[in-house]
Amino acid sequence: MARIFRNLKELYRYRVLIQNLVVRELKARYRGTVLGFLWSFFNPLLLMIVYTAVFGLIINPRDPAFESKPMIYALYLFCGILPWHWFASSTLESANVLMINGNLIKKILFPAEVLPVVTVTSNMIHFFFGLPILLLFILLMGRPLTPYALLLPVVVFVQYIFTLGFNLMISSLTVHFRDIKDILSNWLTFWFFATPIIYPMTFGSIQNSAPLRLMLNLNPMTHIIQGYQYCLFYGGLFHWKRLGVTFLVSLVFFAIGYMIFDRLRDSFAEEV
Amino acid sequence: MQAIEVDHVSRIYQKYSSRHRFQTFKSALVKGDLFRALRPDELVTALDDVTLSVEKGQTFGVIGENGSGKSTLLKLIAGIAKPTKGEVRTQGKISALIELGAGFHPEITGRENVFINGIMLGLSKKEISAKFDEIVAFAELEEFIDAPVKTYSSGMYMRLGFAIAINVNPEILLIDEVLAVGDAAFVPRCLDRIDDFRRRQKTILFVSHDLNTVGKICDRVAWLKSGRVQRIGEPKRVVDAYLQDVAEEQERSFERRQQEPAAAPNGQEERRENRWGKREIEITRVSLKNARGQERRVFTPEDSLVVEMDVVAHSPADDFVFGIGLFNSQGICCYGTNTQLEDYEAVSIQGEGKVVCRIETLSLVNGTYYLDLAVHKRDGYPYDYHRNLYSFLVSSTHKDVGIGRLAHGWSFSPGIGIKPPQS
Repeated sequence: MARIFRNLKELYRYRVLIQNLVVRELKARYRGTVLGFLWSFFNPLLLMIVYTAVFGLIINPRDPAFESKPMIYALYLFCGILPWHWFASSTLESANVLMINGNLIKKILFPAEVLPVVTVTSNMIHFFFGLPILLLFILLMGRPLTPYALLLPVVVFVQYIFTLGFNLMISSLTVHFRDIKDILSNWLTFWFFATPIIYPMTFGSIQNSAPLRLMLNLNPMTHIIQGYQYCLFYGGLFHWKRLGVTFLVSLVFFAIGYMIFDRLRDSFAEEV
Repeated sequence: MQAIEVDHVSRIYQKYSSRHRFQTFKSALVKGDLFRALRPDELVTALDDVTLSVEKGQTFGVIGENGSGKSTLLKLIAGIAKPTKGEVRTQGKISALIELGAGFHPEITGRENVFINGIMLGLSKKEISAKFDEIVAFAELEEFIDAPVKTYSSGMYMRLGFAIAINVNPEILLIDEVLAVGDAAFVPRCLDRIDDFRRRQKTILFVSHDLNTVGKICDRVAWLKSGRVQRIGEPKRVVDAYLQDVAEEQERSFERRQQEPAAAPNGQEERRENRWGKREIEITRVSLKNARGQERRVFTPEDSLVVEMDVVAHSPADDFVFGIGLFNSQGICCYGTNTQLEDYEAVSIQGEGKVVCRIETLSLVNGTYYLDLAVHKRDGYPYDYHRNLYSFLVSSTHKDVGIGRLAHGWSFSPGIGIKPPQS
């Protein structure tokens, strides 16, 4: 534990580097494209349009949970998918990040955890770029934007800690077990469907099945995603007790992830 | 005051077998040996109980063959790797030139990379802004600094990397072989910069294969061999000891590679196409010796080469010529002569005897050479002809090229400013 605090203090000294690497990451992502930085807005916009088209015109679900309107369902979906996308793409990128930057780890002295931190942070910034699009659609669809939306940073913080902890573990283990990457993409698909993103917890089939409810409630991402849905879609206060427990779980995840990372740290320079 | 202290340091690398390389997470989970799988199968000692210290302001060289642990030592001092045993203490800010431009991102511009690389090396944004123009000027990249780094040539890449690293302005500068890739115009400027560092009483640790430069710029030199310090001290003496060791090593490995033709039993029928003749007069044994009569396979251009042939005439003869030819690895005859060409007159030979050809100064450039030895009649009829059966190596620090090393010297009129080599 004491080691983690020491490492975090050391990490804080590298904040300028982290900041610059995040900027670099964001700049490099769309370098060479015609629209450049605008893609950060266009990607979620296009995604939103696709969802609206598919659910509004093709599947056309009419559930009372969504005012019997497919457009509203698309909005609900988007509330969950945006933060999930942050989580999933950070995790997939983290699985590679130490290998891709092997050159740095071998040649330059800096704490390796900077790399997963940069991955999670730059994906978070991307998530932020999607938020205005989401807010725009909320207003377009005539949903109210309540003051509870101001609680969004709390949810973001919990997700950040959880994602970082998980990614520290993934990035360090992948150095030794390269096939984690492949397991991960399957695992993330499963995880996606085991999180109330495309369906709400209020569905009767979930409410009536105790084991299903238990399984969903044991998934930390359930409470994080629900946090977003409460802030933005329902416009109410999230289950602060559940989110509080999720925060504690995230801290434990973070501690375990960091410990694994720290333990494997010395092998990075040889193995990447 | 000591700037770098390496105190009984060992570094053991964990080597994973090929089995482990393909070890998968799945199988580790299935077998339930996740943590066992993380353990290595074999340990490789890269550094073994190394102790040395570098005084502040000193330029310290580290030499040794590939794999002797030089780079590992540098990484330990830089803090990139941790010693398995022992302790490394350093005083002052360190900048390590291990690989220039490590961490450049190809998609973003040179300008942005200068900032990020500088921050990685421990500069603040302000310091980089202040030094930015100097860095760009030193790298000669004014025109290209706003182009993405992926468009740079490898030379431009290296220059920019060096320019940043040298401007970190460290107390201790670690240099690992990076100058080996620079172009002819850039390397002297790098050396100038390093000289500048020395004048300012900064500590430099210099790892290199370029023994001339090491001899020139270092105050002290350590020679590493298989992870151990073989010798530390005054550059000239350590470099010489190292060179001698390398020569002996070459000698041994060369001998291992050689099939000794002389070891073949006598009287065997035509053993190979490289030897022909009916052997009325036979060359039974050949040895190559230096001036002091020691058998050698590796020579310097200044050495003497003494070729000794044991010969046996199975019946008396009065028509015989002894010849010798030297070929380089391209098959070019560097020198050839025989007793007939030099007007020796054969009178008689019977029974055993010894023929010695002594080349006073070898005067050949570095490389592998093959020997033709023969005894034949005046009209060319071969008694015993050995074609390329013997080889030896010429090895030296000279870098000159060609076939022969002609004795030469340079002189210049006073108007020409040119420094002779030191040492």
